[in-house]
Amino acid sequence: MTSELNKLSVSEARDMLRKREVSSREITRACLDRIAEVEPRLSAFITVSEREALEQADAADRRLGSGDAPAMCGIPIALKDIYCTRGVRTTCASKILENFVPPFDATVIAKLRAEGAVFLGKTNMDEFAMGSSTENSAFGPTRNPYDLERVAGGSSGGSAAAVAADECLASLGTDTGGSIREPASFCGVVGIKPTYSRVSRYGVIAYASSLDQVGPFAKTVRDAAILLRALAGVDSHDSTCSARPVPDYEKALTGDVKGLRIGVPKEYFVEGMEREVKIAVRAALKHYESLGARLVDISLPHTPYAIGCYYLVATAEASANLARYDGVRYGFRAESENTDELYNRSRAKGFGAEVKRRIMLGTFALSAGYYDAYYLKAQKVRTLIRRDFERAFTNCDVIVVPVAPATAFRLGEKTADPLTMYLSDIFTISVNLAGLPGMSIPCGYDGDGLPIGMQMIGPAFSEETIFRTGDAYERSRAQAKRPTKV
Amino acid sequence: MAEKKISLEQVRHVARLARLEMSADDEARLQADMSSILAYVEKLNELDTTDVPPTAQVGEAGTPIRDDAVTNHPAPEEMLANAPARQGGFFKVPRIIE
Repeated sequence: MTSELNKLSVSEARDMLRKREVSSREITRACLDRIAEVEPRLSAFITVSEREALEQADAADRRLGSGDAPAMCGIPIALKDIYCTRGVRTTCASKILENFVPPFDATVIAKLRAEGAVFLGKTNMDEFAMGSSTENSAFGPTRNPYDLERVAGGSSGGSAAAVAADECLASLGTDTGGSIREPASFCGVVGIKPTYSRVSRYGVIAYASSLDQVGPFAKTVRDAAILLRALAGVDSHDSTCSARPVPDYEKALTGDVKGLRIGVPKEYFVEGMEREVKIAVRAALKHYESLGARLVDISLPHTPYAIGCYYLVATAEASANLARYDGVRYGFRAESENTDELYNRSRAKGFGAEVKRRIMLGTFALSAGYYDAYYLKAQKVRTLIRRDFERAFTNCDVIVVPVAPATAFRLGEKTADPLTMYLSDIFTISVNLAGLPGMSIPCGYDGDGLPIGMQMIGPAFSEETIFRTGDAYERSRAQAKRPTKV
Repeated sequence: MAEKKISLEQVRHVARLARLEMSADDEARLQADMSSILAYVEKLNELDTTDVPPTAQVGEAGTPIRDDAVTNHPAPEEMLANAPARQGGFFKVPRIIE
């Protein structure tokens, strides 16, 4: 039994810990052993903080013994290396932050720490969360646990792979254009991007601030609900963070979707999609009908413009956010004779190719003479994309679509042409532009045994409906999780 | 090769704005990449947005207000711990004035 403790779900572990049937140290040890076993092949982690994790586990065990145990007490999880963790190196998978040790915790880290969660380490990602495959990491790519020659997705690829490979019970990612949902889909785990403003971003290294959102990866919808409740809520350090009360999301998991109106947009079932993805999502929709839900044809006509809109808005914001990396106060500094060289060379040598490409594109879109034609135009198109969803949600409660047009692609397959890589986010990116919640859950495997994900999208702050919808599928139809190949 | 949407001179200008040192190879590659991405985003011009207001932010309206009180405490050693170069309580940079 002990050797399998790393395979527990968060809800199972929580219940066993509270009954004192198992200790946090035992679960944490099992995760650390699994990490030691698979990391040479998987590379899901940039930093493993074994000593700190075991200390946290022992502290959690003492607390569990005293009867004071919040939901996450003693649960070992992994953190995308974008979260500032006091005293533990935080790189954002960039050479420019290779040796950065934050003097403070991100708000969500402080919240989880206060609950007694155990942090196993920091996971691999695309540098500054810019990418869809975790190949843009200064520390090398993460591999897909279902096929080591394929990508784990990105940008939160390490966090998705770590959950799929049972290196941890759950993990945190961030999602700016699909960076939680796409890797969740590629690795066969659950991942939710909550409504914009639902979770504080304080201490989360910024990429595109009008789009970035924090969210969990988990083995089940219930686990994602438990985690989101621990993460969400107002924060005086993030002025965009919503003051709405946080529901007990687990209570929404009734299994009942009778009368639920599920919107099916024709723009998300297009030519060029992998046939097996289409078949799997269609089959899931049929299953929802059998549970008493009603399918409604809808249209999101501006979907084809979402990627163009995103790559102007996101890069413009990134060019401003990343201006802070100048080699002066922290981070990498190149050899230099004067301050111009100090800035220009530290940035040139510290940032990777994709980060520089996006800084350049964003700087161009904001520059004199081009602002109206590019950045302002994109902001207006963003309004049209938002209105698409507003209109759609007058006729349905939730939208169910594929997460990505295809399953995990091969390492190196899309690195030569940036546009090809951008297009893999076609079904996730609109959700960020509109600020809506979206969740990916597994809905089968393709002929090569690669996981397929389906996405449920709801109106702002409808996470309870999304969780209920996902959980109803999971408990009545989800195929058994296939063993990974790592 | 399709027509370039951006000139080499423009690439150099943007690189200066973005504070990025570039080799001639870097400039050529970015000219090609940016040109193809800009050609792609021109698809947005298919849409008439004359009367459409821009969206800058999608969160809830309003900015929260709090008392202007100091809540953190100075910790200069912690703040300087990540400095690439320091002298006493200062961040050290190359000479600015000749």
